Amino acid sequence: MNNQILNPGVYLCGGCGIGESISLDALEQVAGKEYKVPVCRQHAFLCGDEGRALIEADLAAGNVNQPIVAACSPRVMTDQFTFEGTPAIRANLREQVVWAQPAGEEDTQMLANDYLRMAITQAAGTVPTVAAPEGEYSHTILVLGGGSTGLNAALAAANTGYEVLLVERDNQLGGWANKWSKTLPHLPPYRDPQPNTINELITTVEAEPAITVLTGSLVTKTEGGPGKFNVTLSQDGSSRVEHVGAIVVATGWRPYDANNLVHLGYGLNTDVVTGIELEELLTNESLQRRSDNKPAKTVMFVQCAGSRDPDHLPYCSSVCCEVSIKQALQIMQTDPAASVYVLFDELRTPGTAEEFYRQAQKAGVVFIKGKVKSVSADLGVTYDDVMLGQEVTLQGLDMVVLATGMVPNSTNPEIEPAENGAEQLLDDVNPNTPLSLAIKIIDNDAKEVVPPTAEQAQASEPVSAALPGGPLLNLQYVQGPHIPMLVDGFSDSHYICFPYETRRTGIYTCGPVRRPMDMAEASEDAAGAILKAIQSIEGAARGAAMHPRVGDLSFPKIGLDTCTKCRRCTIECPFGAIEEDENSFPILIESRCRRCGTCMGACPVRTISFDNYSPNMVLGMIDAVEVPDEFDEKPRILIFACENDAYPALDMAGLNRYQYSAFIRVIPVRCLGSVPLLWVATALEKGFDGIMLMGCKSGDDYQCHYVKGSALAKERLSKIGETLKSLMLEEERVTMAEISIADSHSIPDVIDGFVETIEGIGFNPFKGF
Amino acid sequence: MNQGPASQTILVVGGGIAGITAAVEAAETGYEVILLEQSPALGGRVSAFSRYFPKLCHPTCGLEINYQRIRKNPRIKVITMAKVESLSGQAGDYTVLVKTKPRYVNEKCTACGDCAKATDVRVSNSFNYGMDKVSAAYLPHEHAYPQKFVIAPEVIDTPDADNIKAACKYGAVDLDDTESVFELKIGAVIWATGWKPYDATKITPYSYGASPDIINNLEMERLAAHDGPTGGKILRPSNGEPAKRVALIQCAGSRDTNHLPYCSRICCLGSMKHAVYVREQYTDAVVDIYYIDIRAHDRLEAFYRRVSADPQVNFIKSKPGHVEIEEDGTPVVCGEDTISREVYARSYDLVVLALGMEPSALTDTDAPHMGSRDDYGFIVPLPGDEPGLSSAGVAGGPLDVSMSVQSATAAALSAIQAVRKATAQSGALE
Repeated sequence: MNNQILNPGVYLCGGCGIGESISLDALEQVAGKEYKVPVCRQHAFLCGDEGRALIEADLAAGNVNQPIVAACSPRVMTDQFTFEGTPAIRANLREQVVWAQPAGEEDTQMLANDYLRMAITQAAGTVPTVAAPEGEYSHTILVLGGGSTGLNAALAAANTGYEVLLVERDNQLGGWANKWSKTLPHLPPYRDPQPNTINELITTVEAEPAITVLTGSLVTKTEGGPGKFNVTLSQDGSSRVEHVGAIVVATGWRPYDANNLVHLGYGLNTDVVTGIELEELLTNESLQRRSDNKPAKTVMFVQCAGSRDPDHLPYCSSVCCEVSIKQALQIMQTDPAASVYVLFDELRTPGTAEEFYRQAQKAGVVFIKGKVKSVSADLGVTYDDVMLGQEVTLQGLDMVVLATGMVPNSTNPEIEPAENGAEQLLDDVNPNTPLSLAIKIIDNDAKEVVPPTAEQAQASEPVSAALPGGPLLNLQYVQGPHIPMLVDGFSDSHYICFPYETRRTGIYTCGPVRRPMDMAEASEDAAGAILKAIQSIEGAARGAAMHPRVGDLSFPKIGLDTCTKCRRCTIECPFGAIEEDENSFPILIESRCRRCGTCMGACPVRTISFDNYSPNMVLGMIDAVEVPDEFDEKPRILIFACENDAYPALDMAGLNRYQYSAFIRVIPVRCLGSVPLLWVATALEKGFDGIMLMGCKSGDDYQCHYVKGSALAKERLSKIGETLKSLMLEEERVTMAEISIADSHSIPDVIDGFVETIEGIGFNPFKGF
Repeated sequence: MNQGPASQTILVVGGGIAGITAAVEAAETGYEVILLEQSPALGGRVSAFSRYFPKLCHPTCGLEINYQRIRKNPRIKVITMAKVESLSGQAGDYTVLVKTKPRYVNEKCTACGDCAKATDVRVSNSFNYGMDKVSAAYLPHEHAYPQKFVIAPEVIDTPDADNIKAACKYGAVDLDDTESVFELKIGAVIWATGWKPYDATKITPYSYGASPDIINNLEMERLAAHDGPTGGKILRPSNGEPAKRVALIQCAGSRDTNHLPYCSRICCLGSMKHAVYVREQYTDAVVDIYYIDIRAHDRLEAFYRRVSADPQVNFIKSKPGHVEIEEDGTPVVCGEDTISREVYARSYDLVVLALGMEPSALTDTDAPHMGSRDDYGFIVPLPGDEPGLSSAGVAGGPLDVSMSVQSATAAALSAIQAVRKATAQSGALE
């Protein structure tokens, strides 16, 4: 199939104002005369049945096997212009030419002509992609963690027809849930503590033939990728290797270490207990103190003990308020005469849990709004009473309960930190951090490690340090053994729109290792992670990409003949998809790859390419643009626009009929991370007067679907100064614009502003050479 | 589509973020999906948000990826302007009656916009909650998927309709379009019917409707949106002047046994985002947030810290008693500060009521077949319930976007399990 000769056919649409604005005959000249495209047809309504029939007839007759549709944006009419399962190559004459430019002008026609030239060139540089799965694919899911989340994950997978290997480091299943006297109500009427059903869950899992349980086990090594993970497990001193298709990490949480809370009396008096310790004291009998087994008649819960506190855990652990309410209710239920106080700063019972709060108020639990200052050895609780506006010390308590927060088990604190450890991933915590940190650790031949400037260092200061401890899966990835972490040490995810996405394809996290959550939510979260695991297994077996380029069969091919082993692709891949062979040549683990092209952008010798997206193709498109000489006084500006946000914004500017300079030429890219500096340099040598990279916001609140495309582009552009200097060109000729998808309204200002800057500098002296 | 005795097709009802997610996730696992949406375009509530907390990024960014996934996936069929009329049967064998409203525009529409130029009739713009008007032939908004125009029923049977039809070169206007009812055979159903804001007029002391400068949190999103009625400027609806003294009233309807007894989870964070909208535009603006408890779960606490660090954003612990209207129309927020005990009456340029979320399907007559519901109308399947029905997103309880996506992904798995089980059983019977 790859040897197939491409017979392009150009189909020009005259609809939606295209025919009135530009000359289709002139476009036909471009296709026929300049490019010798044998088949070129016009239609006034190409997406209609008749127009499509025109294309289908040529395909059926065998005249054409690569249709090029010059009409609307590739973002619309996708169904109409997909033939035999393959979308046509598109030239965007509607949204980005006639809707954004005055009709009948020479410059509008020149823009359209160039877009057709670029599309024909793109088609010539595109080889049909075929799936390339090879070898044995496993359909087994490894679930790491046998607590409530992991048990539910295992069951969810088994109930969908998948085999599961459930690995738990303890000698028994159940995790923290084994300790709970009762659980939170998550079903209507949401009012009363519920019986703990963890034993039933364990029994169900153990009886499930599709689930193999391995307790007392650790993962000591993980190699491979989706469909082909080889996981080394150690159990009782012996080790074995299992072949699995995907991994769901449900390692849960650990309580914040109360020994850090001496100011709250922990360790000073045995009757200062944590919420977890209290669980073991809660029985069907009334509550007794640990110190003397006397009834605890007066109990105070101190909320946010070590949470929402910059000196301890900066975040809210989400469940502590409800847990304290549950425990308060349990105390009141066994001893209606007890006095129970809850000292809180903000009482958080979101959603229907409000009913639970109301139940506690009805039961007589006293809620006090205040900020705790200290708890003394004799159980005096001192706090700023917000209502009274003064400091108050409450004496005479029998017991103080510290509602401590949750720390994610995104590392295993029981094993040694890895040499190539979590700190390396801090650039992922803040993708704005210069790559130098990663390079310093990984790149033994680093030629130039520029320490970050003070300003950069401040900007890149991590939100929180990586958690201590060893890696959970000990990934044998060049990028390190850990699953990347986001803020506060939680396992990374794209946490608003696509919360299951991690940067380790085929490995999904769920439960409190991902975000603080209660058991009911974690159970649901487990089901979601299992679904993603199933998709990655099935996708890998078909050779198809995972989110966001779901189903994409193309993948980067690395030409080792010219590879200089610079390691940039390996380092910069956001997903750790590129490893190294024994000779330090890069090797792609295909099923990890998300097809963003960041490796292609990283490669200085353009030896990485996709069948349908390659340096040759893009350089051809750049070369296809007719750059007028300076006497024509028509500058040319090349824009590389991210196809996910900037390109749609350009389309929407057209839809709104916003007008902007006709001197720009836009090339959509999969991600700004896929743009190598070579493309910029080539365009300048070709005579383009200015280059703009248009992509999304980088930094803490980055919006890149490939995590750090914009950050990488920024980083690369910061190094273009030398190139420009050597070409004797002004630095202002190359710029980057952060354009969000909702910025259609600012497109004209951004483009026209840059064109004005370029006109101010003057024409590129390379023009005409 | 499976032709055997059990249907493997999954029906997702509701095309907001939860429904889109459930549909895409199920389809990408290999199942046929029909996605129903009652309005002319997908995206639901989030498509009308200007930005998301805490990243202050645009919902259209994630929606674009999801629309790409839908476009590329032949397994998903999207039907807009459609609602479920009735449902009967069980997992693997549901019969669903779907009713569609007329769009008066067919699949041939290219979104060229010629129809909009053919009429001067302007109708209320529902995307902007009626705060402005659009042509009677309109595209729901710039990011609408599907990108097809709609003809407002107001012009049907008027000469303008004929002008609109005549203006279309592509035969896309169909003035004879009617309501239609059709039947689907379905294996499992995911209810992703979402939410609506609590009816602000029911909270009479807050005077919603008595002054144009008392708006709700959804309207605030449109004021901040570049494609909203003010082009993204936070202006007083009464006079178009900048709104520089702004009150954001939390728990407008929520946590109140007279209204919504539950906490709607997102309002505090949404209001903090609104404070940012105002402060980004006006360096001299002052925003007062009236609250009972600030609920910023997990890492969103950092967003709370960030907003509260702004000295011109005041967090006032108080549930205002009422909002008065001065003679010149200025709203005055009155109440007692819970902490200082000070009785206040403060006038504002703009008062925003943080209305809680009410399940959309609450009062619909077609609701009984949706499965178990709690006292508030949220669809909460109970142990032992019919396995073919599940809920995703806010249809099942007040959730934020991330949690809705999580819930929708789990719902997709639950639906897949239901159709697999039904298929296995029907296979066993053969």
